[in-house]
Amino acid sequence: MLGETGPEWLSEEVKTGTTIIAIEFNGGVVLGSDSRVSAGASVVNRVMNKLSPLHDKIYCALSGSAADAQTIAEMVNYQLDVHSIEIGEDPQVRSAATLVRNISYKYKEELSAHLIVAGWDRRDGGQVFATLNGLLTRQPFAVGGSGSSYVYGFVDAEYRRGMSKEECQQFVVNTLSLAMNRDGSSGGVAYIVTIDEHSTEEKVVLGNNLPTFFDQ
Amino acid sequence: MAAAATMMPFFGQRISSKNDLVPDWVSQEVSTGTTIMAVEYDGGVVIGADSRTTTGAYIANRVTDKLTPIHDRIFCCRSGSAADTQAIADVVTYQLGFHSIELDEPPLVETAANLFRASCYRYREELTAGILVAGWDRRKGGQVYCVPIGGMLVRQPVSVGGSGSTYIYGFMDSNYKPGLSKDQCLELTATALSLAMERDGSSGGVVRLATISEEGVERRVILGNQLPKLHREKQGFNRSCWNTTASIC
Repeated sequence: MLGETGPEWLSEEVKTGTTIIAIEFNGGVVLGSDSRVSAGASVVNRVMNKLSPLHDKIYCALSGSAADAQTIAEMVNYQLDVHSIEIGEDPQVRSAATLVRNISYKYKEELSAHLIVAGWDRRDGGQVFATLNGLLTRQPFAVGGSGSSYVYGFVDAEYRRGMSKEECQQFVVNTLSLAMNRDGSSGGVAYIVTIDEHSTEEKVVLGNNLPTFFDQ
Repeated sequence: MAAAATMMPFFGQRISSKNDLVPDWVSQEVSTGTTIMAVEYDGGVVIGADSRTTTGAYIANRVTDKLTPIHDRIFCCRSGSAADTQAIADVVTYQLGFHSIELDEPPLVETAANLFRASCYRYREELTAGILVAGWDRRKGGQVYCVPIGGMLVRQPVSVGGSGSTYIYGFMDSNYKPGLSKDQCLELTATALSLAMERDGSSGGVVRLATISEEGVERRVILGNQLPKLHREKQGFNRSCWNTTASIC
């Protein structure tokens, strides 16, 4: 049919193509994400922060459909607020992850988003939970998003137990940089969030400060 | 699995895979799921591959040799459809042998790569073949050429291919640097293949390696229990190749 249908990206679903990673260290967690949101071949947001707070010391990393992921995060943020008022203290990371998992599992046919939940609580310290497709599993570290495929080998080889906070931050930046170089749906800047008993620190690593490799 | 398809054409078509009488894999094509890798060093190349051939979920051959000699100092690493890659390799071996006799000297790696590319491009609609051509010749030393699906040709210092390669791009980017020695290349290749085999269901078995240089071809096999151990306690794999602005090494 002749006539204008408009540019392709108007009819493409907006996805956070993405690379996300969360890793636990003794006393806290480090989360990291890229910043690209794509609709087909078009980058609709090159500076989106995909690390979304669920509570003071609990964050989640978004991937998959941008709308689905953001909505889940907002719903869980509300539910956690109510829950923490009911119990009269800060919620556990496991509770937040369970709330995310319950939504992901109940609506698994309609939704296409994967959230990694990570944070610090008084009972178990730093924890990372993966909630892919409605499962709930605690892991020392988790990667997700389209860019994660390219760095499975790297994280398998480089991860060691007992890394310090600074080593974890470097590990996250390196992993994101490698994934962003290979995945067309990941790119932009790297957002890093470090959560421990004392503080929650958000940091941005701009493109020119990311690690470079032999062919750059 | 072209052979199986013609042997039982009605079987595969009439009885669907949901039927319990017939397993899934009788109607699946044989593919070298695969992870393959080739690295140049000063004086030669190191090539490596896993050893798994699958028809669907069944492992048809767990000790496949995907490193195929094309000439004395030229090999190819095969990924994709087993039948397609074997057929192309046979054709190129013949063409290159003939060409070498005409020339009366050993053929160039670039020539072999171009012969692969010619076949892969001309029959691109019918073929599913991703090939790495690697070898040594007197003119340019060790060379690696990548001929992926579709039939393009590009020379690269290091290249990976096959379904398992997606998982090791990050590892390869961070651990390869120009100027590695032969032994460092061997260790890099063996580790990269082990990492891919651990993550990719279509790759597995043993690691086959070969070194090609002026002196000749040296082949070795690393069995499952001898694979490089991952998840080191304190040391990362090779931290000195970072050129980051903030360094903690």
